[in-house]
Amino acid sequence: MDSSLFFGLSTMAYISAMMVYFTYVAFKKSQIGVIATGITIIGFISQTFAIIMRWKEFADLSGMGFLRSAPLTNLYESMVFFVWCLILGYLIIEFKFKNRSFGAFITPIAGLALAFIDLTGVSKEIQPLVPALKSNWLLAHVTMSFIAYAAFSMSFSTGLMYLITTTEKRSESAYIFWTITLGLFAVLLVSMGIDFFTFKVKVRPEIFIHSYLFRTSFLHSSSVINIISYVLAIAALVLVWRYGYILRTVITKFNVTPDMLDEITYRSIAVGFPIFTLGGLIFGAIWADQAWGVYWSWDPKETWSLITWFIYAFYLHSRMIRGWKGKKVAIVAVMGFMAVIFTYLGVNLLLSGLHAYGSR
Amino acid sequence: MEQQKNNTIADKIWDFLSSVKLAIVIFALISLTSIIGTILEQKGDPERNLEILTRLFGKFLAPTLFTVSEKLGFMDMYHSWWFTGLLVLFSVNLVICSLDRLPRIWKLVHEPIGPLPEENLRKFVISREITIKGKPDTVKDTVASALRKARFHAGEVQEEKDWMFYAQRGKYSRLGVFITHFSILIILIGAMIGIRFGFKGYLNLPEGDVSNVALSGTDREVPFGFEIRCDNFNVDFYGRSDMPKEYRSWLTVIKNGREILRKSIAVNDPLTYEGITFYQSSYGIVPGSLGQGIFVFNTISRDGKSTTVNPRLGESFQVSGTALTAKIIDFSPALRIDEHGHAATYANQMSNPAVFIEFSEGGKNPFSGWILKRHPETWQLPDGSRVEFIDYWGVEFTGLQVRKDPGVWVVYFGCISMSLGLFIAFFMSHRRLWIKVVEEKNTSRVIIGATANKNRAAFERKIDKILSILGKQQEGGK
Repeated sequence: MDSSLFFGLSTMAYISAMMVYFTYVAFKKSQIGVIATGITIIGFISQTFAIIMRWKEFADLSGMGFLRSAPLTNLYESMVFFVWCLILGYLIIEFKFKNRSFGAFITPIAGLALAFIDLTGVSKEIQPLVPALKSNWLLAHVTMSFIAYAAFSMSFSTGLMYLITTTEKRSESAYIFWTITLGLFAVLLVSMGIDFFTFKVKVRPEIFIHSYLFRTSFLHSSSVINIISYVLAIAALVLVWRYGYILRTVITKFNVTPDMLDEITYRSIAVGFPIFTLGGLIFGAIWADQAWGVYWSWDPKETWSLITWFIYAFYLHSRMIRGWKGKKVAIVAVMGFMAVIFTYLGVNLLLSGLHAYGSR
Repeated sequence: MEQQKNNTIADKIWDFLSSVKLAIVIFALISLTSIIGTILEQKGDPERNLEILTRLFGKFLAPTLFTVSEKLGFMDMYHSWWFTGLLVLFSVNLVICSLDRLPRIWKLVHEPIGPLPEENLRKFVISREITIKGKPDTVKDTVASALRKARFHAGEVQEEKDWMFYAQRGKYSRLGVFITHFSILIILIGAMIGIRFGFKGYLNLPEGDVSNVALSGTDREVPFGFEIRCDNFNVDFYGRSDMPKEYRSWLTVIKNGREILRKSIAVNDPLTYEGITFYQSSYGIVPGSLGQGIFVFNTISRDGKSTTVNPRLGESFQVSGTALTAKIIDFSPALRIDEHGHAATYANQMSNPAVFIEFSEGGKNPFSGWILKRHPETWQLPDGSRVEFIDYWGVEFTGLQVRKDPGVWVVYFGCISMSLGLFIAFFMSHRRLWIKVVEEKNTSRVIIGATANKNRAAFERKIDKILSILGKQQEGGK
């Protein structure tokens, strides 16, 4: 028996929980809701098991002691931990607010993230650590960063839901913002999916982005296909914009009031922000200081986490001092999470294509 | 804000610098310009940056964009005058914003809490009312003990037959935000101390060499006031791969000709002496030195007698306990045998050091071959004796980051106080409550009014807990 069995089990549990949550939202039968929560908890427990086992496997293999062998050292492991934090956060919210409907929003993120790692060629092997990562700071820095990321992604979902439920007119800027955001996400995912199925390659994500990404659509060698892709993408955006209200009717079925969404958005950021400051920025700086003798060097990862920090600081200030509420701050919360995604994935995957980051 | 229109220039400047709008503009400017700095390689090769711009904006626009961004200092933007200016403006805004709000908050913190009229209690967002059996004189004790249990030190006054309690907790939590803001300032001050009184440099120190300076920037030499010597350098790899597991330098600090301190350093484990810290950062082969090093071999005879020898390339040595003479013919820092059986060097690092040795005995050459440092199975000779390849010394250099930063403790202090400030600001709140016990016929009415500046729901739960204690006490009492 090894960790991969339990990882597989948790992925399946989250995906089936997603379907049960959907059914629950559609039929509103409380028994179905209980089943959905049960499946999520089973998935969470088996994922916890899997993480602990992988931790132990890594400790046995590396002989570095338990504290330094936290399974948080590559894209795959960090993604798994992110999902774990997200589900934990969701279960807490479900318990506190006695509302199951968010499950229909959160479990897809969890299931998709895990399925995404399975589909792409992200290496699942336990990899030996480069010397710079051998530090006690690894555990503190990475766990706290990801707890904060999970809190931020919660605020992203509720912020987006808030925008979806409160915007009425198509000419409203908040409506245009969320439809375009959602539309762009959809276009990106679909075109990446087409790339995967066309090339059927399993390579490291850096290589995929460098030499395959969008080669079936926006970057295809034939300019006709380029133009068609752009036209289709714009058409998709217009479509989401035109029929976005359908989503609103779906979410109003969730039984959540905008006030509650606003409250959860704020609370998640209020929890995530101090944790991110301490674990992400401060611990990261102390670690860099120990490893390289520079606590701040304006490298892309540091700079992007500072940008993320500024956006959430902006959210908190505009809410607390300027008394902004509702749509304006919800937009900021959504943008904050985009910066989080870029800090986590974009810097390593996209900017490293521009210049070799992480070589030091 | 109720304040009269200020018209002097000083007031206008103050208002401008203390505005949240300015803070937002600075947030946005720092973020947006920083994004450009993460795309363009900082202090990088101009051609690489031109290439990046070409990839992003096409051949046509790239040269113009390149000239523009070079003029604006985007190639080293975090050290440019305007980015420094933004950071200064940011700190000024931070200070003035905080000072502008401090008096009001200070008043809130120090305002003593006192009794309130009954009708005011009902106006609070958190407001409760219950009726309890018993006269106020007895109920009051129950209330006082419930408040003590909830860890509120309440003041109490008698108003005719009624009683009034008032209490507050966490009033200093209102200062958390100021602690946070001033911590940012402390961190920036620490950074400035580091820039002004410290230095960052690097030093590529070959094994066996001594140096008393590091290079800072392109060619500025910074003296240490002592000497540092690299006694040895070694890389451990993961299994058979070329992935380094750990690299370590053995350093000695020498002052006035005396050895003061010896320490081996590795990544994440630096050496500090007199405020100067040496970090293990990289390594490599000293150019032109490949033939100049000294080998360290352990030769072991069949009956286990071992001798250490230190020959150089081209020299010969005796294998202990035998009549074998070994001559070192060739050396490769990274040996690979290709599919045709030819030996080749595949890297310019000491990834797989190998030495070709020809053994002879009384004019005959019985055997010869490659001996690899990382492959002990090649150490075994056909006649049963062994030649262990321990090291090839004096060829590699250790790449050290050298830093002196007297401000780092200020920065750390700022980090600690910032964490503290954030914790106070987000997880603690100023809670105030008033309880009035009013006499009715045979019972007492208890009215609670309460307020919290943050996390009201949690305080509401606490109030309900106090209420449930009151309810229970009363049942138990009767």
